[in-house]
Amino acid sequence: MSTLPQTAVAADLSAILADLQKVGREVIEPASHDVDAAARFPQEAIDALRRLQLLSAYVPEEHGGMGLSIVELSKICETLAQYCASTAMIFAMHQIQVACIVHHARQSPYFQNYLRELVENQWLIASATTELGVGGDLRSSICAVEADGDTFRLTKKAPVISYGAFADQILVTSRRSPDASASDQVATLVRKAQYQLEPISTWDTLGFRGTCSMGFVLSSEGPIDQILPTPFDDILSQTMHPFSHIVWSSLWLGIAADAVNRARAFVRAEARKNPHLPPASSLRLAEVDIVLYGMRNNVHANAHDYARLLQQDDIDAFRGFGFSTRTNNLKLSSSTLIVEIVSKAMIICGISGYRNDSKFALGRHLRDAYGAALMVNNDRILGHNATMLLALREG
Amino acid sequence: MYVEKVREIVSQHGRLSVPVAELTDDSDLYNAGLTSLATVGLMLALEDGFDIEFPDSMLSRKTFGSIGSLAAAVEELAGKTAAV
Repeated sequence: MSTLPQTAVAADLSAILADLQKVGREVIEPASHDVDAAARFPQEAIDALRRLQLLSAYVPEEHGGMGLSIVELSKICETLAQYCASTAMIFAMHQIQVACIVHHARQSPYFQNYLRELVENQWLIASATTELGVGGDLRSSICAVEADGDTFRLTKKAPVISYGAFADQILVTSRRSPDASASDQVATLVRKAQYQLEPISTWDTLGFRGTCSMGFVLSSEGPIDQILPTPFDDILSQTMHPFSHIVWSSLWLGIAADAVNRARAFVRAEARKNPHLPPASSLRLAEVDIVLYGMRNNVHANAHDYARLLQQDDIDAFRGFGFSTRTNNLKLSSSTLIVEIVSKAMIICGISGYRNDSKFALGRHLRDAYGAALMVNNDRILGHNATMLLALREG
Repeated sequence: MYVEKVREIVSQHGRLSVPVAELTDDSDLYNAGLTSLATVGLMLALEDGFDIEFPDSMLSRKTFGSIGSLAAAVEELAGKTAAV
């Protein structure tokens, strides 16, 4: 891993959050209803984030970015999700790809230059990790990079490329070469002019409808400099795996927090009707607040733990089963707690939460919440933890 | 003295993408398709086969990197058991 992003914050996080909240209220939330109803890409929301230069928030200052840390990105994801969960998910997935490049490709002149271009153009990066024929196992590929002199060719049948049709670049995993084993993988950045996408599936889901996570056959050709210089195994264990679960959990936290905020407002309105007797729902609110508190602490503890490991640059710690299981525990717990919290908020708000035409509406929160356990299925992750725990003597 | 039995166990439990017979004692097992999760099954089979227990500190890429390093680890752990 190359030297890590500075911890010193270039921009003041509270100023960034204030800008984000303004854009959230004025642009992102108003668009979110149509994004959800039509299952369309939140173009105006992403453009608003571009104007705030947030697509390069994790790019180190020396390359022109904001140089924010994972802890600060986590807060941004949480905030964004209170306005539109799909926008927050797209933002989070993009930052995962940026982090893979920042952590694992900055030694390459090509990627140093690319990062500057990313800052300037506020490009959006998608990812093609899963593949038809290998299920959801990221550590196994069928497709392979075929190098011919200075150029590569790569074709991948991807069951899901979230916002693939709207991205400027796609980070694609594959085998290193046609004769490499299924787990000997690399990640390659392909640029819009270098690839074709042939749609193979649609995206009409219960929640996260704006992520437009359709399947495609991706065919690409480009210079071999675009292959990340670090093996994908290391990229996954040090960055993609922990980073994903932290930013996803952060945005799930934002959805849960917004649901509780609605419940809070509902209970307050009830309380005003009879100021001398707290409504029964206030006890339910006190209960759900405990669960939210626990979820928030899990996310914060994990983000800080990961930031500390990045500082130490301890590669063995990232590879250890202890770190992997903790990361998985975060995903398993927050994807379960989000459903519990939104459901409790729904009971508090009653029919007002159930209605779609009320300011306490929680239908979209609940639909989005159910996606958390399914994107990287919890049973798969639980199975990995069950295996790893056989080897761990100490928790 | 441990290498042959380690080879046999790696062959049965390593879930490698190449036959163990094609690997030398120094060949990188991860390059041969060993995955992090597969090391758990391998560890359990080695523990059973040699009546040893790997401490957490030895569950590293260094230990599981090659047949030679595994045999050395087994020798160290089995030696300790014999001495007790």
